[in-house]
Amino acid sequence: MSVEGIALVKHFGGEGEVAAVRGVSFQAPAGRITSLLGPSGSGKSTLLRMVAGLEKPDAGTVHIDGRDVTRIPVREREVGFVFQSYALFRHMTVADNVAFGLRIRKRPKDAIAKKVSALLDLVQLGEYGHRLPDELSGGQRQRIALARALATEPRVLLLDEPFGALDTKVRVELREWLLRLHEELPVTTLLVTHDQEEAFELSEHVVLLDAGTVAQAGSPTEIYERPANPFVAAFVGGANKLAGDRDAFVRPQDVGVRKAHGEDGDHVAIVERLVRIGGYVKLSVAMKDGHTITVQMPKHEFDERGIERGDRVLVDLRDVKTFPRGDYAI
Amino acid sequence: MTPEAPPLTARRRATCRGVLPGFGLSLGYTLTYLGVLVLLPLGALVLRASSLGPAGILRAATEERALAAYGLSFGAALVAALVNALFGTLVAWVLIRYPFPGRKLVDAIVDLPFALPTAVAGIALTAVYAPTGWLGAPLAGLGIEVAFTRVGVVFALVFVGLPFVVRTVQPVLEALDPHVEEASAVLGATRLQTFRAVIFPELWPAMLTGFALAFARGVGEYGSVVFISGNMPHRTEIAPLLIVTKLEQYDYDGATAIATVMLGVSFLALLGINAAQRLARRART
Repeated sequence: MSVEGIALVKHFGGEGEVAAVRGVSFQAPAGRITSLLGPSGSGKSTLLRMVAGLEKPDAGTVHIDGRDVTRIPVREREVGFVFQSYALFRHMTVADNVAFGLRIRKRPKDAIAKKVSALLDLVQLGEYGHRLPDELSGGQRQRIALARALATEPRVLLLDEPFGALDTKVRVELREWLLRLHEELPVTTLLVTHDQEEAFELSEHVVLLDAGTVAQAGSPTEIYERPANPFVAAFVGGANKLAGDRDAFVRPQDVGVRKAHGEDGDHVAIVERLVRIGGYVKLSVAMKDGHTITVQMPKHEFDERGIERGDRVLVDLRDVKTFPRGDYAI
Repeated sequence: MTPEAPPLTARRRATCRGVLPGFGLSLGYTLTYLGVLVLLPLGALVLRASSLGPAGILRAATEERALAAYGLSFGAALVAALVNALFGTLVAWVLIRYPFPGRKLVDAIVDLPFALPTAVAGIALTAVYAPTGWLGAPLAGLGIEVAFTRVGVVFALVFVGLPFVVRTVQPVLEALDPHVEEASAVLGATRLQTFRAVIFPELWPAMLTGFALAFARGVGEYGSVVFISGNMPHRTEIAPLLIVTKLEQYDYDGATAIATVMLGVSFLALLGINAAQRLARRART
């Protein structure tokens, strides 16, 4: 049950927050989680909505399991969709929400009841069937939305920023929970997110989008280690852009600093600011050429070096990604 | 509860007090206000009627002409409120869902029946629906008479009641999350199924409120009806008109008797609608 998009194009006339897609081809392998990652306005949600059939592409085709489904209406596409806003039916109990798709399909009553209780157990909300959605927390609601989407046994599961409205702690918990769920129930899944950590943690295949086009597609390691272009290098890992005649980027954790003892040269910099964030320390250092770069290092390493604000330090750029200038427009 | 809890709640109460004048003052003001403006005149009405004695009230209130008037007033108001609940919701739907040129204008036009002197509405409706009017003539050709019939009364009440439904349903429709409908479609529901199972349950408490307001307005409406109805006793005479007629004939006792019946029935009807709304709300929670 793989999903494939070929040369998808969608333009929106006039104003609106919905981003355009300008020719995107991608593949989502069967039984895996694939992430559509990108900043806001990159067209990732529009792309997902085209896969679901909620948006009609201006050009291009969508294939599910090799079959062209571009002209098949939403309700016959047999996909599951989870919205950032949960989109639960407020006047129905949790159990009725989960049962909705099955009732529409006119399944026998006892089969529905059995399926619903199995799904509620699966999302660990077995006790909540008689509640109303408004009585649940955000994380619980999103799990119900997922159960509702899974009830009809969709061929593909589409998640549109599913954890976007939740606080960090719940988000991290739900991420791990989703991974375990996926091991148990390996439905082909497309996940839209702007959070690279989420994409890297949850998926084996990442499609990174930029302004309606694919910037790079590959495994998280490929994208992290071998960014294909300056956009990817800058987007992934919050990299610093360096001065020079080529586009060069270095990630904060790939920069080493130690105290300077009288040395001089291009690699000497001044510590302008330092912030301790839990297990690591973030420094802003001003380079000779006027650039400021961000450095991130583990707390213990930092403490060993005895660096303070205003110190002169030697900067060691360990892993710089360079690109010939002008090849890519960002 | 921890030992610190009581002072905390006490403090919260103290900060609450700062926002609005105290409970005693605001409640006292509310009761006095309602008493002077609403209850006092109504009390005077009942008192006046009671001077007739029970038998007298009964006789005045149940004469045949009065019974026909009640029937028309409440029946026409009911029909008009039902029509409005349906078409008012449709208007609200169109105004919220479809961006079209001139939407703001249409939105403003909806409120006109609120603002227009009802007599003006009555004259306008009569002119249009009279047997020689723009719409009256073709309708008469089809054998449908509107002006000077009970149908005309319903038309006038539909006109004055429309904004009530539109204005109560509109905000609810606006607040509906469009993703909820999309979720329903993805789950396999047709548009009709989505409307019935997902949208309508959210909408109908507001429709009921609008219906109640339109009904109440219809029962009390006078100005727009008297022109179009023709005011034939027993046939197209509404109860408020009958009251005015009696007053003009210095039959104050008869007028108050009918008014008391109107008051009682309206109160009961609104109570019933309120109970239905409470039931609807309880069904949701």
